[in-house]
Amino acid sequence: MSEVIRIRKGLDLHLHGEAAMGESLLTIEPQRVAIVPDDFQGFVPRLLKKEGDLIEAGEALAYDKNSTSVVVCSPISGKVEKIVRGERRKILAITIVPDSSKARKTFDVKAIASDPKQALLDAGLWAMFTQRPYGVIPSPDICPRDIFVSCFDSSPLAPSRSLMIESSRHLFEKGVEVLSQLTAGTVYLGCRKEAIVETPHSTTTVYEGPHPAGNAGVQIAQIKPVNKGETVWTIEPETVVKIGGLFTEGYVDYSCIVGITGELVEKPRYVKTTQGAAISDLLKGNIKEGIAPRIIAGNPLTGKLANLDGFLRYPYRQITVIPEVTNDCELLGWASLSTKKYSAGRTFFSWLMPKKKKYHFDAKINGGERAIIMSGEYDKMLPMDIYSEFLIKAIIARDIDKMEQLGIYEVVPEDFALCEFIDTSKLELQRIVREGLDYLRKEMN
Amino acid sequence: MKKALKKYLDKVRPQFQPGGKLQKFRSVFDGFDTFLFTPNTTSRSGVHIHDSNDSKRTMIIVVLALLPALLFGMYNVGYQRYLSVGTTPEFFDSFLYGFLAVLPKIVVAYVVGLGIEFISAQIRGHEIQEGFLVSGMLIPMICPIETPIWMIAVATAFSVIFVKEVFGGTGMNIFNVALMTRAFLFFAYPQKMSGDSVFVASDSIFSLGAGQTVDAFSGATPLGQVATNVGSTLHLTGVTGSDLTLWDMFLGLIPGSIGETSTLFILLGGAVLLITGVASWRIMLSVFVGGLAMGYLAQAFPSATYAGSLLTPVEQVCLGGFAFAAVFMATDPVTAAHTNTGKYIYGFLVGALAILIRVYNSGYPEGAMLAVLLMNAFAPLIDYCVIETNVRRRMRRAKNRQ
Repeated sequence: MSEVIRIRKGLDLHLHGEAAMGESLLTIEPQRVAIVPDDFQGFVPRLLKKEGDLIEAGEALAYDKNSTSVVVCSPISGKVEKIVRGERRKILAITIVPDSSKARKTFDVKAIASDPKQALLDAGLWAMFTQRPYGVIPSPDICPRDIFVSCFDSSPLAPSRSLMIESSRHLFEKGVEVLSQLTAGTVYLGCRKEAIVETPHSTTTVYEGPHPAGNAGVQIAQIKPVNKGETVWTIEPETVVKIGGLFTEGYVDYSCIVGITGELVEKPRYVKTTQGAAISDLLKGNIKEGIAPRIIAGNPLTGKLANLDGFLRYPYRQITVIPEVTNDCELLGWASLSTKKYSAGRTFFSWLMPKKKKYHFDAKINGGERAIIMSGEYDKMLPMDIYSEFLIKAIIARDIDKMEQLGIYEVVPEDFALCEFIDTSKLELQRIVREGLDYLRKEMN
Repeated sequence: MKKALKKYLDKVRPQFQPGGKLQKFRSVFDGFDTFLFTPNTTSRSGVHIHDSNDSKRTMIIVVLALLPALLFGMYNVGYQRYLSVGTTPEFFDSFLYGFLAVLPKIVVAYVVGLGIEFISAQIRGHEIQEGFLVSGMLIPMICPIETPIWMIAVATAFSVIFVKEVFGGTGMNIFNVALMTRAFLFFAYPQKMSGDSVFVASDSIFSLGAGQTVDAFSGATPLGQVATNVGSTLHLTGVTGSDLTLWDMFLGLIPGSIGETSTLFILLGGAVLLITGVASWRIMLSVFVGGLAMGYLAQAFPSATYAGSLLTPVEQVCLGGFAFAAVFMATDPVTAAHTNTGKYIYGFLVGALAILIRVYNSGYPEGAMLAVLLMNAFAPLIDYCVIETNVRRRMRRAKNRQ
């Protein structure tokens, strides 16, 4: 029997527009896909392809400047259309127009079994691991203490993962087996009790309680927090299935099931498409007119701001569309007695409503930025043994000793998403943590 | 109407932006604009949805929670005045008298404090911070009714500038701004902040409350009477010499600073703060626990030298500014301890010290203010110790791994 851990801190947010499981899964072949190097933290791209080059699915597009064996690959066969560059010629995205050849890079299953690490590097799957500390792609020279896979997503409007895992159960198990060869420690799976996943090469823990119970970071903190000098990897279950596929079938399957969610989506549903698919293809004809939309590649808490020209971003399997501003003329909003305005605390009357009630959210910040005034707010949303407010202050002060002492090695930005949501002072906590981690990494190496 | 106002504000906004004609009033415009209309700024990074709660809402709730005690305080000011001139206090007249006596103090505190806030927001290029909405209300409530208005102005200016703004504004201050105002007055103008003649209004306002004070009148507060008590029995009286019961002390129809007398109405405000979760129940509870514990201890060793030890613990809590400090001052989230464990320690010490100072230091009839300020200074140390245990736990974990 798996161990059950109950998490009390945190918050489940209920939004309108949850994806519904239809009778049949719609498949959308995108007109264009893109790889965004920024999605792979710590990856400094050096291109292997030029505009106009033909590329196979699974063929390397770019390698990392600092760790040349790490590559990111094209999810689809086609032609490299454009290298989109920003300030100082930074590569923002690489777009690819698919062709009909369906050509893909294949590996000899028997040959790669002897050196799984090299195979993962070559197949571009290495870039999909995240290590703690720093929340970046792990260095290939380091053997992690443990590997954590969270088999459920507890964030708001998150698409269900259990279907994906169940339908590719043998690939998932194979993937876990490969993972277990990469670490001297254990592969930990985190599950909900409705969808327990157990494999011969892993230890399963069941988590009860609200978001962020599904964040790998929270699960690490419950089982074995990251200490200074240690490295722990986290990986999405979708990638585990991809790894299983690579070592069973000899190629990486870049198709994915994506949840199209949010209040402004006409028909919230699941679709099958390719990683990096253009958002315009995914949302075609399925977006409510008449109100300016905010399109999010990912979930409303950690997703990336996008627009119709944007793309599905790694590691999200979700597109969310909410209104940008619903009530642009709200008089004396701070005095509102409405039960429709959501607050996690009890300063608005939403606390008198049933817990499961769904709310309409727009992208308004609902206030101005202030210094931290209310104490202990963040602690209610972060189920880790960390004094979050003090850690945030240490990060803002760039005090490396304090950051270390207060546990910065245990966190990545997504752990602070809920804190940012409820923050009375409206600070951009995820950005603060990201910048702090980048600063620390630069100073330590 | 609403739309027209919004349109107008949108139209004039450019004049207040840098380069505009009225750019020197940017902070003022921003302050009123965001006060009237929820800003439509949307998130550019991080989370895309936000909780509705912000610091405006939080501060407004504290102001709301202060209202019961303030309104009762106004009534009590008039009530004590009418008693002192020998007229039976009518409800409406008493309230009107108190309202007229207190309103100028509130206005002055707000005008001075918010004026400085506006200026410093303009200098720093910040938005107006709402913290002073609460401080400006607290300041008159913790002053005796006879405090001259100019003193309130001077003390408020001192406090906002040297206790808050030099540290960086709301959220950065070490000491409670309102209490520092009172401490400034207390030490700069002691004759106006204590004694028998400052806690009951002495003049008529617009011929309200006119008359000569009656012969039996004494304006000493109960704690003032304790401080000057001789002998080993204690006999507390109201302004006209009638006996004070525990109920009188709890209800608050006794002389004292404007907002501090009624434990009942303060607790009503406390309930608002606790239900909305704005104030920490940990602090509030532990202040009362600390006060009661010290009260029991003092009562266990009664002494004629320290007449305060003749009071029961419940009387200790009901009298003076204790309840007010427990509910509104100690719970200031910025200056209190920030860790949950720290809050218990901080609160307990505030309560215990308040009674300790009150009973055993004859120089100060009331200790609540000094206790909170002293613990404000120690709150970071308490937090440091609490966090140090967390740090040590982390270090030990890292060590055990090898």
